[in-house]
Amino acid sequence: MRVQLAALVSGLIFGVGLTISRMIDPSKIIGFLDVTGAWDPSLALVMIGALAVTLPAFAIARRHETTLFQSKLQLPTRNDIDPPLVIGAILFGIGWGIGGFCPGPALSALAFGLIKPMVFVAAMIVGMVGVQVLSKNPD
Amino acid sequence: MMENFTPVSALVGGLLIGIGSALLLWTNGRIAGISGILGGLLRFDKSNLGWRAAFVAGLVLAPVLVSEFGPGIAPVKIDANIPMLIVAGLLVGIGTRIGSGCTSGHGVCGIGRLSPRSFIATLLFMATAIVTVFIMRNLPV
Repeated sequence: MRVQLAALVSGLIFGVGLTISRMIDPSKIIGFLDVTGAWDPSLALVMIGALAVTLPAFAIARRHETTLFQSKLQLPTRNDIDPPLVIGAILFGIGWGIGGFCPGPALSALAFGLIKPMVFVAAMIVGMVGVQVLSKNPD
Repeated sequence: MMENFTPVSALVGGLLIGIGSALLLWTNGRIAGISGILGGLLRFDKSNLGWRAAFVAGLVLAPVLVSEFGPGIAPVKIDANIPMLIVAGLLVGIGTRIGSGCTSGHGVCGIGRLSPRSFIATLLFMATAIVTVFIMRNLPV
């Protein structure tokens, strides 16, 4: 139960961060990506703020090897740059540029009850399930 | 130039995104990668369903929290039309699963743990998104 509760609080804090930083607003994302237009560097500061916490957080976690609840850390171990990584990142980048939504902000934007975030999330889920159905080792 | 720049809210929001990721790591031992968490949820793998559903519920409830108990939220502006959002959603869903992550998993957490895969992925999706926006801005429509 405490595991789920901690995950809920983590998601809430993460989502409040997305909301306050306006990452839930696609026009804000497009403003950052539009480097030759009226460029808005805000997203760079969001990344710097987040990394200021995650860089030390991962370094500390690595030294302890277990979580505060005494469970094992489950971190990815791969270091190779393979074609799926490259192709996937490119496809994601095209989609992100077209809609201004990436997965986290799109889920938070469902809270507005607007049709557009719902359509985006539905299509994203279809895409994810499609890959998982066709792929032999998901993850 | 830069009339839309909001440095304080961007930095504070970024810190909170980092804190949420750190909390999930320290308590659940998991990467706060949204596409991976949602992808796992969609596989209905029973042993891992609880924390994934709880994290996603937190993400969806967060704006309600900010609007009811916080400073309120200015309306969002979504310029893409419905067909564009369907294409964008499909590409984001397919791309993040093939490429093992998105802005959070690769950008915030992957770079945070100094993963070479995540550095490359983040550079690629940022560059591709910038080129995509440039092309769309300059289409004669």
